[in-house]
Amino acid sequence: MIEGVSIQVILTFTTVLFFIGLYGFLTRTHLIGILISLELMLNSEAINFVAVNKYLHPEFLQGAVFSLFILALAAAETALALAIILQVYRRTGSVDVKEVKELKY
Amino acid sequence: MDILTLFVVVPTLTVLALVFTKNLRQARVTALAGMLVQLLMAFHLVWKYMNDRAAGATDLMLYVKDKVWFPDWNIHYYIGVDGISVLMIMLTSLIVVAGIFVSWKIDDLPKEFFISLIALATGVFGFFISLDLFTMFVFYEIAVIPMYLLIGIWGSGPREYAAMKLTLMLMGASALLLVAILGIYFHSSPDGHYTFNVLEIAKHANLSPAMQKIFFPLAFIGFGTIGALFPFHTWSPDGHSSAPTAVSMLHAGVLMKLGGYGIFRVAMYLMPQGTVFWTNFFLVLAVIGVVYGAYAAIQQTDLKYINAYSSVSHLGLVLFGLLMLNKVAWNGAMLQSLSHGFITALFFALIGMIYGRTHTRDVRQMRGLLKIIPFLATAYVIAGLANLGLPGFSGFVAEMNIFMGGFLNNSLYKQIMTVLAVSSIVVTAVYILRVVGMMLMGPPKEEHKGLPKAQWFEKTAVYILIFFIAAIGTMPWWWLKFIIPSVEQFLKPFM
Amino acid sequence: MDFSYVIWIPALPLISFLLLGLFNRYFRKEPVAGYVGVASLGTAWVLALYTAWKYFFEVGLQNGQYVPFTPFKWEWIHFTDKLSIDMGILLDPISVMMLVVVTTISFMVHIYSIGYMHGDEGFARFYAYLSLFSFSMLSLVLASNIFQIYIFWELVGVSSFLLIGYYFVKPSAIAAAKKAFIVTRFADFFFLVGILMIGYFVGTFDIETLNSEGTIAWIAQHPGPVFMGLSVVTWALILIFVGGAGKSAMFPLHIWLPDAMEGPTPVSALIHAATMVVAGVYLVARMFPLFYHTGDGFALRVVASVGTFSALFAAIIALTQEDIKRVLAYSTMSQIGYMMMALGVSGYEGVEGLGYMAGMFHLFTHAMFKALLFLIAGVVIHAVHSNLMKDMGGLHKYMPIASWTFLIAALAISGIPPMAGFYSKDEILHAAFEYSFIIWLTGFLVAGLTAFYMFRLYFRIFHNGTREYHHRPKEDSRAMTGPLIFLAVLTLTVGWVFTPFSEYVTPTRVPFHYHIHWGSPLVLGSMAIALTGILAAYFFYYKPTEYPQKVARAFGITYKWAKDKFYMDELYLFVTKRIIFDKISKPAAWFDRNVVDGMMDALGNTTVWISNRIKGLQSGRLQEYGIYFVYGVVVLIMVFYFLNF
Repeated sequence: MIEGVSIQVILTFTTVLFFIGLYGFLTRTHLIGILISLELMLNSEAINFVAVNKYLHPEFLQGAVFSLFILALAAAETALALAIILQVYRRTGSVDVKEVKELKY
Repeated sequence: MDILTLFVVVPTLTVLALVFTKNLRQARVTALAGMLVQLLMAFHLVWKYMNDRAAGATDLMLYVKDKVWFPDWNIHYYIGVDGISVLMIMLTSLIVVAGIFVSWKIDDLPKEFFISLIALATGVFGFFISLDLFTMFVFYEIAVIPMYLLIGIWGSGPREYAAMKLTLMLMGASALLLVAILGIYFHSSPDGHYTFNVLEIAKHANLSPAMQKIFFPLAFIGFGTIGALFPFHTWSPDGHSSAPTAVSMLHAGVLMKLGGYGIFRVAMYLMPQGTVFWTNFFLVLAVIGVVYGAYAAIQQTDLKYINAYSSVSHLGLVLFGLLMLNKVAWNGAMLQSLSHGFITALFFALIGMIYGRTHTRDVRQMRGLLKIIPFLATAYVIAGLANLGLPGFSGFVAEMNIFMGGFLNNSLYKQIMTVLAVSSIVVTAVYILRVVGMMLMGPPKEEHKGLPKAQWFEKTAVYILIFFIAAIGTMPWWWLKFIIPSVEQFLKPFM
Repeated sequence: MDFSYVIWIPALPLISFLLLGLFNRYFRKEPVAGYVGVASLGTAWVLALYTAWKYFFEVGLQNGQYVPFTPFKWEWIHFTDKLSIDMGILLDPISVMMLVVVTTISFMVHIYSIGYMHGDEGFARFYAYLSLFSFSMLSLVLASNIFQIYIFWELVGVSSFLLIGYYFVKPSAIAAAKKAFIVTRFADFFFLVGILMIGYFVGTFDIETLNSEGTIAWIAQHPGPVFMGLSVVTWALILIFVGGAGKSAMFPLHIWLPDAMEGPTPVSALIHAATMVVAGVYLVARMFPLFYHTGDGFALRVVASVGTFSALFAAIIALTQEDIKRVLAYSTMSQIGYMMMALGVSGYEGVEGLGYMAGMFHLFTHAMFKALLFLIAGVVIHAVHSNLMKDMGGLHKYMPIASWTFLIAALAISGIPPMAGFYSKDEILHAAFEYSFIIWLTGFLVAGLTAFYMFRLYFRIFHNGTREYHHRPKEDSRAMTGPLIFLAVLTLTVGWVFTPFSEYVTPTRVPFHYHIHWGSPLVLGSMAIALTGILAAYFFYYKPTEYPQKVARAFGITYKWAKDKFYMDELYLFVTKRIIFDKISKPAAWFDRNVVDGMMDALGNTTVWISNRIKGLQSGRLQEYGIYFVYGVVVLIMVFYFLNF
């Protein structure tokens, strides 16, 4: 139970954040932009985990632990993604997602 | 090593030996040597089988051997032969040898050609000896796949199309077949001890009639497709006309026999109630195949097409005989399988030889070959007469058994169907004589004069085949000695 | 008496066939192949005569009835306990008589062909075929099982095909050979169905058993299913008769016979005059007790009607033909119609069986004189190198032997005593008269027509003024004239010397004797009409006259119809070409390529089409995948929401 902040406010906030991320993921053409949008979505979920945990089972800490997992995964994933983006840039001279279609073969 | 396993091992070793050959000469000699060994083994098997039966071996299958190769699903390498498989093995060995003689001068990738050809034969031999549904299915697939390569690479005309069509249709059929086999497997035992063993399944007869009614048509169509069941026969004209000579021989002569054999050994034996339920329906398809194949053959101008439609008609008779469900008709169906194997192989061999000389297969382009290449043309007349069921040749004996068996059914429906099937003998005469009249008789064409006469290897192939056609036609009782005991056993579920 | 040596009678020609057929190349030197054939047939002929002598005069007759002998019988294919195809030999009066006919004619033709086929490059092949034919025909005659008859029936059919198409470079010969085979094969289809029906409903193929009183009584008690008012066994017999009609060139299955004259003339004499074409008559005679007793003899009435009609039909066509071999062919058809008619009108017991006896007797005499006529035609054709009567005339002075023998044969076929034909023809007419006036009248009329067209042939070939020829026509070979003289002697004598064949061949196998009442109106009538025919021909054709054209013009359209053989060929061509080829076969082939195969192709093409459609989904664009994913989630949420999960 967080003082002065209702669960609705937090959920509204994370939902907005998630859809901003989704929108960005679907519309950006720049690979870094897509990566940032992905991070936005992940973070909105992390906040959800913490908030819902607090409201439902304040005596446990699983939600907080999960958000930590997400942070760790996000870090690893960003590192990998950045490495791939770097390689793509080296090969094609661009970080435009439309240029990267070879992976379908 | 037991005598039956050798039939798979020898061709496999031949294939391995072929890998190390360098040119046509080596390849053909290796292939011939391997297959001659196979042929001798086949004769030995026939001889041994006859003696063992005479000595009082009464088991349904002889030389049985059982080895588990996939215990989780209870798949066995379970082999054994009865008289019918023995004859089929002999037919296969003979046609493979004749096929090698016919491809004596193949100049395009000879090594690979013989490898594929013998790999195909391996599958066929394996199919005829196995008594385990799964093993049977594996060998069946082994036999079908080299066909794609053989037609696609060494074929003529629209060969990729034909090869693709043939393979896809046969694969589609084997998908149905697999469903049927699994269906049989999972209903083979009430308490979870499932088995693929044909004899076990037949002995316990655990398949409920409802299940049989579901799985019988699947198995029948699955095997029937390779046996040219109307309307799933259309791969045959395209495939046969595009295939190289030896492959057409082997395919029409042997591979198409897997259909009738499989129906007899698997579909009907394991699912008698299903058979009885579906007989009248499939009988219509079989009769349509018989009559319609013959009529369609009249219109063709390509020799191989004529022969392919003739195969549709004659193999329709095999299915027709099987569906009659009595001893006489089944004897006839088995004899017809053998007879058609030899006759059609002879036809395709001769067509290949004639094509090799005139470079056309169009009957309208040829005339008077009797004057130019008398040996081949006379052999063609003999093949034609055998095909139209002249007494003294194998076709007559087989057809008479089938027709008589059909007529012995106490059912007006089946008798009328028999009369319809009998009418095909007239149409057969028409299309055979049309070819003989157009292609072999008449004044010879100028540009064909001086075509080379038949060579020794060609004559050998022709003599082998004619000998057996005449042997079945004049001494049917010798062949029936092998067939009748098995047929009687396999008919028991219908009694 | 042990008749087991009889197996050598068909076996000798078989050996000769295998020898000449398989080792053809070693018999290239001309007369050797002929000697092989002549030797085998000669031996067979002697054996056959010996058998006939033994059978008819020594051992056959027991207690006033001829007993059948089965010296040899061997199960070839076993169907069921009762049904099997046996290879056997059945000796009874008709088979022994046929044995004599076939070996005699075949032997003569073998000798004759040494001269006729001289210089032909296929000499050995010709003799191989002839031997194959003799083997098949003799086995057919001796058959003890109806399926055995069918087997050799097919084999004589194929030897006939091979021999008609002997000159296989000639398109007309190819067409004729094909026609002969296919038409007879079509008839054989009915024959086979008939046999199958007999097998199922009567339960035996054995001829002796089929004809036995027990079987006949059994059939009477178990008529089986009835179709169109006839019992199934009657239908089976009618079907078997259709098979016989095909081989014996009965209307409307006769169209192959005139064309079969494309074969070498000795072949026409052997196969298409004396032996194979009477196989149908033999078949009916063979199963006569069954025909007579089943279903009130309805099948026999069919035989009689078809025979009578064919006799008249063919005789009318024969009046108008120009090709001498075709005249003879139609005459053969007409005479076979006579034999069928005789069988059809016959009774069973005692003198009632006169028709049967007369039919068989006529078969015997006809074989002699018709073979003779064909062989003479061969000599004539050989000499003038043409088949057409307009190229002949006045040959009497060049070819006296041919002319005199032809005269004998023509008198025989016209029915002038004491030639062979008179006796048999008279008996037939007598039997027909007892049976039905209409049939007798038709037969009587045919007798007159026969005399007329035979003498038309005789006068136009050998007289009809004189003519100049490029080469002087001559009878060059003794191999050819010898058989003519021999057969002419037989034709002269066989009617009154070899009467056994007329007396002992009866339906019940009980011999009886038939006396000709020389003074009776029937006999005088038939002699009178024959003489009328001969005289008319004499006035028309002995010298070149205007009468034939005038008469032809008087008949107008009828004459033209007859000359065009009543358009039967055209009718058949229409049925085969226009209906079977164009309306059945072509659509079947089209249907197969386009509908059945089209279905399979459509299956493949649909797969390709679908794959083309959906392969765009995998574009490789990350964000499109994202959108599909989001849409998917939305749809799933909505589904779950509305389904109240």
